[in-house]
Amino acid sequence: MKDKPKLLTVLDGVTLVTFLAATAMVFFYAPTERVMGAVQKVFYFHVAAGWVGMVSFFVAAVVGVIYLIKKSPNMDLIGIAAVEIGIIFTLINIVTGAIWARPIWNAWWTWDPRLTTATIMELVYIAYLMLRQGIDDPERRARFGAVYAIVGFLSVPLTFFSIRIFRTIHPVVIGGSDPSAVGAFDMTPKMFQTLMFSIVVFSILFIDLIWHRVRLGKFQNYLEELKIKLQV
Amino acid sequence: MEETLNTINYALAGFVVIFGSILGYIASLFIRFNNLKKDEEILSDQD
Repeated sequence: MKDKPKLLTVLDGVTLVTFLAATAMVFFYAPTERVMGAVQKVFYFHVAAGWVGMVSFFVAAVVGVIYLIKKSPNMDLIGIAAVEIGIIFTLINIVTGAIWARPIWNAWWTWDPRLTTATIMELVYIAYLMLRQGIDDPERRARFGAVYAIVGFLSVPLTFFSIRIFRTIHPVVIGGSDPSAVGAFDMTPKMFQTLMFSIVVFSILFIDLIWHRVRLGKFQNYLEELKIKLQV
Repeated sequence: MEETLNTINYALAGFVVIFGSILGYIASLFIRFNNLKKDEEILSDQD
């Protein structure tokens, strides 16, 4: 296994410092929302986590297409890494949304279009991991995974646009909300800057995590090959 | 004017979920990497 690249070590440091800065901005720079109080501060990382989840699934679909064309095992490694990270961040998005909803909507959960489509999206990608577990042949597993990541991506735009297409109580952050939305608020410039910075920081975190996960995948493949060589 | 809700406990729960999930995933990467290192040592002993 190759040593950890210096650039990855630098990226680890940048990720940690910017993440701490984003956390400080959420707590000390962005003002507390007048009606919702402290729970509104969860919103910055809730949106950023949702962003990373969707970007991850987009990356998985794109590398899925590249894999089907070039049959490069590295594309398969990036695909599985992206889906794994996407599942974690979508879960953060869904759970923090439920926590925010309890005091604001007076319910942990409601079958609103956004919540429902986000849950379906999460389940689609959990099924992706289960599908891969069930296939032993690496080439077949990668091919099926690539096709599944491309088809599964249909759930992403459906989730993203659900609050713009359907009548929903979920607030729309950028652009006008449905009048029936509950918990919408006007962002001050400081709130907007904090949100944008959080999204950038979570994007850096995504790149850092995917790099580590791909290295792990390469290590796994190397050991698999070594095992086969020793058996022969 | 509406009164500000006391939602500190919900905010704390939210941040526990965010930081806990991210740290948990980083820990899982670390543990998996260490397990592979151990496997590598065993395999290189057999080689």
